[in-house]
Amino acid sequence: MSDARAPGEDWVLRTNKLSKQFGDRCDLCRSVDPSVLERNFCPKCGTVYALRSVSFDLYRGEVLGIVGESGSGKSTILNCLYYDLEPTSGEVFVRDFEEGQTNIFSVSGQRRRHIRNHVLGKVYQNPVHGLRMRFSSLANIAEKLIAAGNRTVGDMEDRARNLLEHVNIPTFRMKEAPANFSGGMQQRVQIAKALSNNPPVLLLDEVTTGLDLSVQAKVLDLIKQIRRDFEISMLLVSHDLAVVRMLADRTIVMLNGTIVERGLTDQIMEDPQHAYTQELVYSLL
Amino acid sequence: MGYVAVKGGQNAIEASIARIAYERLKHGVVLYPEHIRAGLRGLVDQVMSEASLYSEAVAALAIKQAEGSPEEAVFVMRAFRSTLPRIHYSFTIDSESMRAERRISATFKDIPGGQILGASYDYTHRLIDRELAGETDESAEAWLRQWFAAGSSGADATDRIGRLPKVIDYLREEGLMKSIEPDDRDPRDITKEALSFPTVRSQRLQILTRGQTGAVTALGYASLRGYTPTLHPTVAELRVGRLPVVVPNPFGDESDEDDGYYIGEIKVTEVESVVPASKAKGYGESELEFDIGYGICFGQNETKAIAMSLLDQCLENPIPGSATHDPEFVLYHIDSVEATGFISHLKLPHYVTFQSELDSVRRSRGPMRQRSLSDQGLGDGGSY
Amino acid sequence: MNPLSNYAFLDESSKREIRRATLKAISIPGYQVPFASREMPIARGWGTGGLQLTLSLVGKGDRVKVIDQGADESVNAVNIKKLVSSTTGVEVTEFTASASLIQSRHRIPEEPLQADQILILQVPIPEPLRLYERSEAATRKLHSEKEYSGAYLILFEQIMRYGRVSTGADHPVMVNDRYVMAPSPIPRFDNPKMDSSDALILLGAGREKKIYAVPPHTRVVSLDFKDHPFEIESVEGRCCRLCGATGVYFDELQDNETGETFYQCNDTAHCLSLMNAEDGV
Repeated sequence: MSDARAPGEDWVLRTNKLSKQFGDRCDLCRSVDPSVLERNFCPKCGTVYALRSVSFDLYRGEVLGIVGESGSGKSTILNCLYYDLEPTSGEVFVRDFEEGQTNIFSVSGQRRRHIRNHVLGKVYQNPVHGLRMRFSSLANIAEKLIAAGNRTVGDMEDRARNLLEHVNIPTFRMKEAPANFSGGMQQRVQIAKALSNNPPVLLLDEVTTGLDLSVQAKVLDLIKQIRRDFEISMLLVSHDLAVVRMLADRTIVMLNGTIVERGLTDQIMEDPQHAYTQELVYSLL
Repeated sequence: MGYVAVKGGQNAIEASIARIAYERLKHGVVLYPEHIRAGLRGLVDQVMSEASLYSEAVAALAIKQAEGSPEEAVFVMRAFRSTLPRIHYSFTIDSESMRAERRISATFKDIPGGQILGASYDYTHRLIDRELAGETDESAEAWLRQWFAAGSSGADATDRIGRLPKVIDYLREEGLMKSIEPDDRDPRDITKEALSFPTVRSQRLQILTRGQTGAVTALGYASLRGYTPTLHPTVAELRVGRLPVVVPNPFGDESDEDDGYYIGEIKVTEVESVVPASKAKGYGESELEFDIGYGICFGQNETKAIAMSLLDQCLENPIPGSATHDPEFVLYHIDSVEATGFISHLKLPHYVTFQSELDSVRRSRGPMRQRSLSDQGLGDGGSY
Repeated sequence: MNPLSNYAFLDESSKREIRRATLKAISIPGYQVPFASREMPIARGWGTGGLQLTLSLVGKGDRVKVIDQGADESVNAVNIKKLVSSTTGVEVTEFTASASLIQSRHRIPEEPLQADQILILQVPIPEPLRLYERSEAATRKLHSEKEYSGAYLILFEQIMRYGRVSTGADHPVMVNDRYVMAPSPIPRFDNPKMDSSDALILLGAGREKKIYAVPPHTRVVSLDFKDHPFEIESVEGRCCRLCGATGVYFDELQDNETGETFYQCNDTAHCLSLMNAEDGV
């Protein structure tokens, strides 16, 4: 399915050598030899190398899965992309921001907000981080619309109602605060909020983790449907290969802060190359 | 000459001020400031500490004027403080030079120099002493004669046994204390520069030391009860004593402390608490060391000084989501004058703002549900 | 004048520092300038911010007017006037037009202010985003980045809940198209008077230690939505029982005997001058 695209041309988001460390580093781990690290941290000073020079492209309209165990760095990628964390080094370009010519980490706080509000949408694993729990669901959606400059209540309310309907929130509950909702429902409000400004890129961080199986299925269906309806590119982070298999066109496998394997999802599922990927795939069977 | 403004407000204020004088004097007994200084030591110390102005004489007068209300006395002192120009900044006082009257440690039974109980309520039985009701000047004199005859004196412990080493130095020599880089930057004077966040320690210590005793105690208590996720803190040393204050000689070498002027001493309570903290050793291993919390305040005010030391340690180690570790939460809410002022402003008329709110409330209820003021039984009179 | 205290209570270096902060505030309309607020002999929250501005500015030739909730004779206004005149000896006045400094709690006088006047408003909570974000460090960042979604979100949520914007007094304004500002708890009725005012408007928050300003002829716009335009309190159908004025802000009172609701000018000086004009005095 990807052969129709010219790789390197039609990217919407390009990540170049993204690195993130937690800790002060020491003489031992400052040496470039990565073999001194134990998993992803320095055995001497404890500095964690959450991301080590990670590069990938996200193409228009595709779902790119990022899979790996906890601590592999997959969520750190999304946190950096959405400015929740400042990367230690590396660049990210987004096609819809200054023609993809400007590294999004080189710009002012004001322009970063613009990127967060117009170019990206993010759904967090924990809805507390993505929603204002005590404001109405409608206001939650409107927050991003307001930030994008909308000043017409009627328009924003219509748009918010449409989106909430799309994610199956009953009309009579739309004025309620998400604090009163179940986990699955909160997650659906969050998805609606992330979609509010029609961002070209949606970041999904473990969106089904912690939900009941039946609720999980509903949320996954919703994501499929959104992909159909909105023609949006998605970065989908999950520790669950089953989720990635169901949704992603291509998949990146991460281990200890680096990419160990990448390719078409089907290919990876059928013929995993890296030992860690093999372990993952076989455990699924 | 037409209409003139009603002078009701002016008259009401004058009557109210006269009435408060009546309340103070109605028993026909005058309270002299020297009685306050002599007999209300705890209140004088508390008021000086919260007012951040060291003067027993002014404090005694403020307490008299405030009829013993600490918040009111502190308020009067603070306003007085605003009128005083800052003429000198003293040399840094080394608290090791304290002439201690009381000095205890909860960390070791035997400390160099010994535990000195001094004057403390700690081991009194808190029973109402009915005999105090009959105390006279003569009986007081007799008690004092007996005290001196028994060989006691009012001299402080330092006079008797010399300089007392710091308990914390003992731990420091063994390398058990967290090492702290000396910070010799000039303190940021919070009364001359508005607080902004993040704060530096000199700002935090100033706000804590002049915090309302009850507020500092309450937040210190909250930390101890579990808002601080560390092990139990221990009071390494609590001292009560006097510190000399020396100001630079404006006509000589301003940096030469020996050339400075000694302007008197201040009585303080000083507390050093130790809190176990984890320190990474490398290769995944950690060891425990002691972190320090520092508390100091004017006068003998031990609970406040201990609570301050706990909060100092909390604020040095902010924890998101924990109130006692949140500098904005702690530092913005413990000042007596600020807290009592804003709470009490609710007594001011809010006619305009309330009318505006009324308009919004009525509109949100729609025209059908509007009721007139009289239906709601509101709007009674306009008298003060 | 009390010979024991400084002219205008504060020592000179304090006054200078307050004036410096004031100049900065005027240079950046709507921006909250932190200042080392002094303790005053009246309570924090009772107008110490306004009072410090007044005392730092008042000169021998000034005429000072103080109003509280519209009234010159309100106890708090009287009390502040008393302090100003006892520490400076300057003349106090009730006539809006003849005052050079007007300190006010929660009202802008009905009579349009002149270019040679300064209006000083007392402010309890200077931060318009506080309901949305409780951390001061965070709100300062939002201001610096001109990120005001929160201010609008509060209004939007009110509309969702109550069908309309339900702010009472202190309805937020955008100043000079840059800073969102709390106009202090003046009624919405007074917000439009801030726009392109001939007089300098200073706002002082003593407890929160902030000074901010609306310089003369500055654009001040009350926040609203296109389909929910800003509305002032309705004064329609009301008229003052004393002077007969309409279209002003009213106090709502009740006749003790008949139980009937009636209205009176909230701005007592304005009411008085209307009555005198009618009388031909």
